[in-house]
Amino acid sequence: MRRLRIGVDVGGTNTDAVVIAGRRVITFAKRPTTADVLTGIVDALSQVLGEVEASDVDALMIGTTHFTNAVVEANDLARTGVVRLAGSATRAVPPMTDWPPAIRAAVGGDVHYVSGGYEYDGRQIGPIDFDEIARVGRTLAAAGITGVAVTGVFSPVRSDQENQAAQVLQAAAPGLLVSRSTEIGRLGLIERENATILNAALRPLAARIVDAFEGAVASLGIDDATLYLSQNDGTLMGADHTRSYPVATFASGPTNSMRGAAFLSDETDCAVIDVGGTTTDVGILRHGFPREAPLAVDIGGIRTNFRMPDLVSIGIGGGSIVRDDEQVTVGPDSVGHRLTSEALVFGGRTLTATDVAVAGGLARVGDPERVEGLDVALVREALAVIEDQVAGALDRMKTGPDPIPVVLVGGGSIILGDGLTGASTIVKPDHSSVANAIGAALAQVGGHADRIVTYGTGSRREALQKVTGEAQRRCIEAGARPDSVKVVDLDEVPLAYLPSNAVRVSARTVGDLP
Amino acid sequence: MRSVTSGDLATLSLGASFLGAGGGGDPYIGTLMARRALGDKGSVTVVDLPEVPDDAICAMSAVMGAPTVLVEKLPGGNEPIAALAALERHLGKQITHVMCAEVGGLNSTLPIATAAQLGKPLIDCDAMGRAFPEIQMSTPTLYGIGASPIALADDKGNSVLIQAVDNHWTERLARSATIDMGAAAFIALFSQTGAEAKRSMIGGSLTRAESIGSAILQARRVKADPIEAARLASGAYRLFRGKIVDVERRTQAGFARGSVLIEGNEVDAGASLEVSFQNENLKAQLAGGPTIATVPDLIVILETETGTPVTTEELRYGFRVTVLGVPCDPRWRSPAGLELVGPRYFGLDVDYVPIEELHAQDTAHG
Repeated sequence: MRRLRIGVDVGGTNTDAVVIAGRRVITFAKRPTTADVLTGIVDALSQVLGEVEASDVDALMIGTTHFTNAVVEANDLARTGVVRLAGSATRAVPPMTDWPPAIRAAVGGDVHYVSGGYEYDGRQIGPIDFDEIARVGRTLAAAGITGVAVTGVFSPVRSDQENQAAQVLQAAAPGLLVSRSTEIGRLGLIERENATILNAALRPLAARIVDAFEGAVASLGIDDATLYLSQNDGTLMGADHTRSYPVATFASGPTNSMRGAAFLSDETDCAVIDVGGTTTDVGILRHGFPREAPLAVDIGGIRTNFRMPDLVSIGIGGGSIVRDDEQVTVGPDSVGHRLTSEALVFGGRTLTATDVAVAGGLARVGDPERVEGLDVALVREALAVIEDQVAGALDRMKTGPDPIPVVLVGGGSIILGDGLTGASTIVKPDHSSVANAIGAALAQVGGHADRIVTYGTGSRREALQKVTGEAQRRCIEAGARPDSVKVVDLDEVPLAYLPSNAVRVSARTVGDLP
Repeated sequence: MRSVTSGDLATLSLGASFLGAGGGGDPYIGTLMARRALGDKGSVTVVDLPEVPDDAICAMSAVMGAPTVLVEKLPGGNEPIAALAALERHLGKQITHVMCAEVGGLNSTLPIATAAQLGKPLIDCDAMGRAFPEIQMSTPTLYGIGASPIALADDKGNSVLIQAVDNHWTERLARSATIDMGAAAFIALFSQTGAEAKRSMIGGSLTRAESIGSAILQARRVKADPIEAARLASGAYRLFRGKIVDVERRTQAGFARGSVLIEGNEVDAGASLEVSFQNENLKAQLAGGPTIATVPDLIVILETETGTPVTTEELRYGFRVTVLGVPCDPRWRSPAGLELVGPRYFGLDVDYVPIEELHAQDTAHG
């Protein structure tokens, strides 16, 4: 019996599904993304399941935009209580200060400041007051609020108070769904709290969506398959985990796409160059995961500390318009999706990057005879401009001066040849148009920990072990096989203006599914 | 500038990041606090330094410690007021005017929040003309004006008053108390009369930050060169343009030290520049060649395309950057000034030469 995995990725335009056996692509489908998202997913799944034995499917991985959409549209968000364990600190910036009014109105935001919180070194700002927290629980219950977000100052350094507060809230108001910030975000109180509030507000929707996915799984006859959802960092979580942490699904698409490209090419440390019709994105994979952007992502105008892959985008693509004025230029304007009617090789009248690629012998699409008359010098110069710009973008993303392997994906990638300054090798894998769904299908389980630790004499090793241990524990909790968990990223950043050897350490782990 | 409103904060904090010379902390928290204190319609009156009455009682409001901590343990909001109140109690006098300790980074926007909350005027001045890491590195030190009595306040309602023998001791004792208070504390210090402030402080600082910030934003709007706009607005010399090819960091006695290597392009093709930093940028030296700028002159690294100042924490391989050098306040160039903030104080084995002299032959610049 073949063990099959199905990956589904919901994009802005298409919902893709792909069936994988081991490391081989068996079949794939592309269907339009529907307004309700679920119909598009079922469509794509039905199509691929027509070509394989449903009982062979072990696992179904879905990267969905349901939850991002709910936030952006301020739809299906539950009213949420907000509890800050901070004592008298933090009140200069109340919860939801910079939120768009529509989302704020939907979430409500019944805010309670209570005693508690930690200093950077794990000392308590103050102890938590059990009676006070129980009163908050009863107040929320009396107001009919069923979800609450609990955020403690420096909880990524110590989470005890948040955990205790969650227990007290649940005891005082049975049925209250508590989201703890330490399980959701990293250092940076506002961003972590924002994500925690959104998470709490999304939990009722998450329960319905996961039920709907499980229903779809049953109706399609793949009820033996385990359901997973893609997270923004390129790892997976189980269906039950999703009910508790829906916010972790935000922005999983670009990560899936880059990881899929890596898989198709067998590279784990490389650049991924994704050439579309209008733009080219360049990102970097390190140990198989995208390097994260330094800036946090806004979801629907709300600052979170989720990271997107670090991408540089340039205005060069298959449909980029080529001009020969004083000098030859390519883009940034493009014929976009009208390429197949406007490019010269497709019988159109606009000279595009695809046309010069065909004339230069790099690609064979459309009718090559239509570009035979092009000036040879113009073609050569235009191709040089394309290569120059892409090489420039690659160079900006590299972490050192040595050439690195490059994986080239995307429909527009035919405009690049076999050589690129800064690239040690160039791989153009098959099936690159569904790299995102492949990324979802092949993802692993992940864990993350982020703390400020103070290095005393000789204790650096111990401190680092504590943080990596935490990241390993979370990875196992998320469903990884314990013996497969490994640390893929360990970062130390000294705190400026603080002469006490305090260092911010963050660790990331991944592991395989059972 | 006669008043500051909520709408001025973005421009001001951009200029403050520039004048931070790579350090000073992200003005974001100060800006949020100021925005909240100002509200939609509020404003803070800004007084030009020469217009301050001689008998005014002026003091600085600032935050001391690690900006990273402040992003997690946000202020309660009352700390700056509590620090000023503690100082007032000790002085037995009301503070009439609020001042900025440094125009670079976080401490440029925070005093706006303080002044707004108290309804007191803010003086258009600061004590550094840039960002520096320690309290005594303030122009009033050169005039024998004490940083102490200094009051520190935390979120819990604690306040500490320190009376020190000199400004180095103030720095040392206040730093210790700050760490106990959670690595970030709000301080009120350098109380002085209006007459003293007119001599000891650097005037026009907020106006300067505002004009640098607005020059960069305006250049972006009209698709002009934001670097050139920032250079003209700040009176800077263009030192170098290129791409970051290496960043080295190390922690030394708790300070984030390191250096960045920039490989030249355009007119600087073929050359490399090394900029060393300790929170702020300290020295710029051509590889195998001369030093072209040192502290206390400002060494500012900007993203070439957008003109966004890059802090030392954000430096990364691949950034396309332009390095500008800005003459510091002339008082820092006196022997006493260089003793406080010259290259040797920061452990650099090099004598200070003003940036104008280093670039005298360079007629294309400034």
